[in-house]
Amino acid sequence: MNVSDVNNGSGRLVRYRRYVSPPLIALVLAILLFFSGGLINPDFVNLNQATNIVRLAAFLGIIAAGQTLVIISGGEGIDLSIGAVVTLAAMLTFRFTEGRNELIVLGFLLSIGSGMVVGFLNGLGIALLRIPPLVMTLGMTGVVQGTILIVTQGEMIGTTPPLMARLIASPLILGIPGVIFIWLALGVLMWLLLNRTTYGKHLFAIGTNRTTARLSGVRVQWVVILTYMLSGMLAGFGGFVLLGFSQTVFLQLGNNYLFPSIAAVVVGGTLLSGGVGSYWGTMSGALVLTLIDSLLRAMRLEEAYQLIILGVILLVLITAYGRQRSLRQ
Amino acid sequence: MNRAKVQHFLWRHTYIFSLLLLVVLLAVNYSLQDNLFELRVLNNSMRTLLPLILLAVGQAIVVIGGGIDLSVGTMVSMLVAMLVNLIDPESTTNEIVLSILAVCGAGILAGLLNGFAVAFLRLQPIVTTYATSFIFSGVALLLLPRPGGQIPTDLRRFYAQTPYGVPLSFYVIGALLLFWVVLRSTRYAQYLFATGSDSQAAYKTGIPVRLVRMSTYVWAGLFAGLAATALTLSTGSGQANIGDNMTLDSIVAVVLGGTSMSGGKGGIAGAIIGVMILRTIRNVIFFASVPTWSQTLVNALIIIAALAGPGLIALVRRVVKK
Repeated sequence: MNVSDVNNGSGRLVRYRRYVSPPLIALVLAILLFFSGGLINPDFVNLNQATNIVRLAAFLGIIAAGQTLVIISGGEGIDLSIGAVVTLAAMLTFRFTEGRNELIVLGFLLSIGSGMVVGFLNGLGIALLRIPPLVMTLGMTGVVQGTILIVTQGEMIGTTPPLMARLIASPLILGIPGVIFIWLALGVLMWLLLNRTTYGKHLFAIGTNRTTARLSGVRVQWVVILTYMLSGMLAGFGGFVLLGFSQTVFLQLGNNYLFPSIAAVVVGGTLLSGGVGSYWGTMSGALVLTLIDSLLRAMRLEEAYQLIILGVILLVLITAYGRQRSLRQ
Repeated sequence: MNRAKVQHFLWRHTYIFSLLLLVVLLAVNYSLQDNLFELRVLNNSMRTLLPLILLAVGQAIVVIGGGIDLSVGTMVSMLVAMLVNLIDPESTTNEIVLSILAVCGAGILAGLLNGFAVAFLRLQPIVTTYATSFIFSGVALLLLPRPGGQIPTDLRRFYAQTPYGVPLSFYVIGALLLFWVVLRSTRYAQYLFATGSDSQAAYKTGIPVRLVRMSTYVWAGLFAGLAATALTLSTGSGQANIGDNMTLDSIVAVVLGGTSMSGGKGGIAGAIIGVMILRTIRNVIFFASVPTWSQTLVNALIIIAALAGPGLIALVRRVVKK
C-alpha cells in the first residue's frame, strides 16, 4: 500500500511524508532481528529455528486476521473477544472429536460456527445498540468464558485427533509444517477479500468515514456486523488450528494471543483509527513480535527484564510508525 | 422543568441512569442478603471496593479526555510492590506518610510516561499503554519477586475504622466527589471536556490540547498510587500481579457509569457508581445461589444487559420514529 494521499476521518486530505510502507519496514526489521539473534547466540540463526519462528508467528497471524478487519472498519473498532473465542473453538474441537480423525470436519465446523455466533452478537451490540466495541467485546469475553465453564464444568476432557497434529504442527512438505501453508493461503484469501471484493471496498469506506460511506450507498450496519462475524469466524479457525499445535486446552489458552494480535495489527501499519491497513502488514507484524519474543527467550534474561525490554521495544516500534496525525495541519 | 432543562440536566449528570440501575440492584441484593447494610458487612465490602473505585476515577478522567489507559492495573501492581518494600511492621507514622507520598509520586511519574507518549509523541493510547503495562509489570516483578511484605497492624486497623458510624471509604468517596465538584468549576475542566469531545476544535480555540491530554494520564497515575495504597491497607501484603486484573474492570465501570468512550462526556460519580454496580451484580449472583459454573456467564450477561440499556432505548425510539 504505497499511499501518499489518504482521506482521513474528517474528510480532509492528509499527506504522508513517508513513502516506505510500514509492512515493509516490519518485514525488514524481522529479518534484521533474526540475524541479530545470531550475535546473541550463534545457534539462533539456522533453518530449523527460522521455520520454528515462522510456525509460531503463523498462529498469531491467523488469530490476528479478524482483528485486522475489525480495526480497519474504524469506529473505535477492536475485538477483545477473540482470545476467549480461540479457547472456545479449541475446547469444542478437543471435546467433541474425541481424538477421532473422521470427526475433524465436525470440529472445524464447530469452531467456525461458534466464532460466527459470538461475532454476530458482537456486531448486533455494536451496530444496533451502539455499545462501544471495546466494552461490548469485553462483555462477550465474559459470556464466552462463562459458556466454556458451563460446558466443561471446569474439566477439559477430550483428545486432539492425531491427524490434526500431523497436518498442522509437524513437518509436512520439505520440512515445513502445514500451518505455514495454511497461513500463506489465508494471506492470499485475505488479500483477495480486502482488495478484490465489494465487501473489501465497503470495509475501507466505512473505516475512513462512516457518513460518506452511508451517503454513497454502503449499508454501514451490515458491513459492521459482517466484519465482527468474520472476526469471530477467523478467531474460531485460529483456535482450531492452535489445538493442532498445543494438543491440549486450558482456560487461558487464547488469552495469550489477544493483545499480541492487536499489537501485530498496529506494528503492521494498520491505523487504529480505521480505514488504512493490510493483512500482509499484520503478517509481518506477527513475525516481528514472535521474533522479539524468541530473541528475549534466547537471551535467557530474568522474566522481569524480559517484560521491561519487551515494553520498551514495543514503544520504540509504535513511535517509529504508529503515530497519529498532528493537531497542527 | 421543561424538556430542554431536563435534557440539559441529563447531559450534565450522565450517571442518572446508572444510579437508577444501582438502586434496583441494591434492592434485589438487600432482599437476598438482609445484613447488606449492617455496618460491619458494609464496611468490609466497601473496604475491598475502594481500590477499584479510586482506579476507575482516574480511568474516567482519561476517558473523558478522549483516551484510554490499559496500564492502570499493572501500575497498581508496581506501586503496591513499591509500598510493601518501603514499609514494614515497625514503620513510624512519618515513614508511612512519606512512603505513601513516594508511591503517589511514582504513580505520577508513570502517568507522565504514558501522557508524554500519547500527547507529545502522538502514539495511539491503546497500544501505548499496553506497551508501558509490560514495563510496569517488569518493575513490579523486580521489586517483589515473591509475594509478601507486612504492614503495621495499626495501619490495617486505621483503614478498617468507622468514624461516627460511617465506614472510612465513604469519607474517601465524599472527598472524591468534592474534588470533582471543585475541579468542574475550573477552566481546566472546560479544557478537559473540550479536548475530549473534539480535539481539533479545541486546538483551534487555543486550548493547550497536548498538555491537557498528558494531564489526564498523570491523574490516572496519581489515582493508581492512591488505589495501590488502599489495596495494600486492605490486603496487608503484596504480590507482583495483584492489580493486573483491575484494568478491564475499571474500564467497564467507567462505561457503566455513563461516561462516553469517545470522550468529552461523563464524570467520576458515574465511575464510582459503575464499580458499585459491578460489585452488586456479583453479590446478587452469589446470594441468589446461582450454580458455581454458571456464575461467570450470568455475571457477563447482566453486564451486557446493563451496557445495552441506553442503546436499546435509543433503538426503540429510532424504530418508532420511522
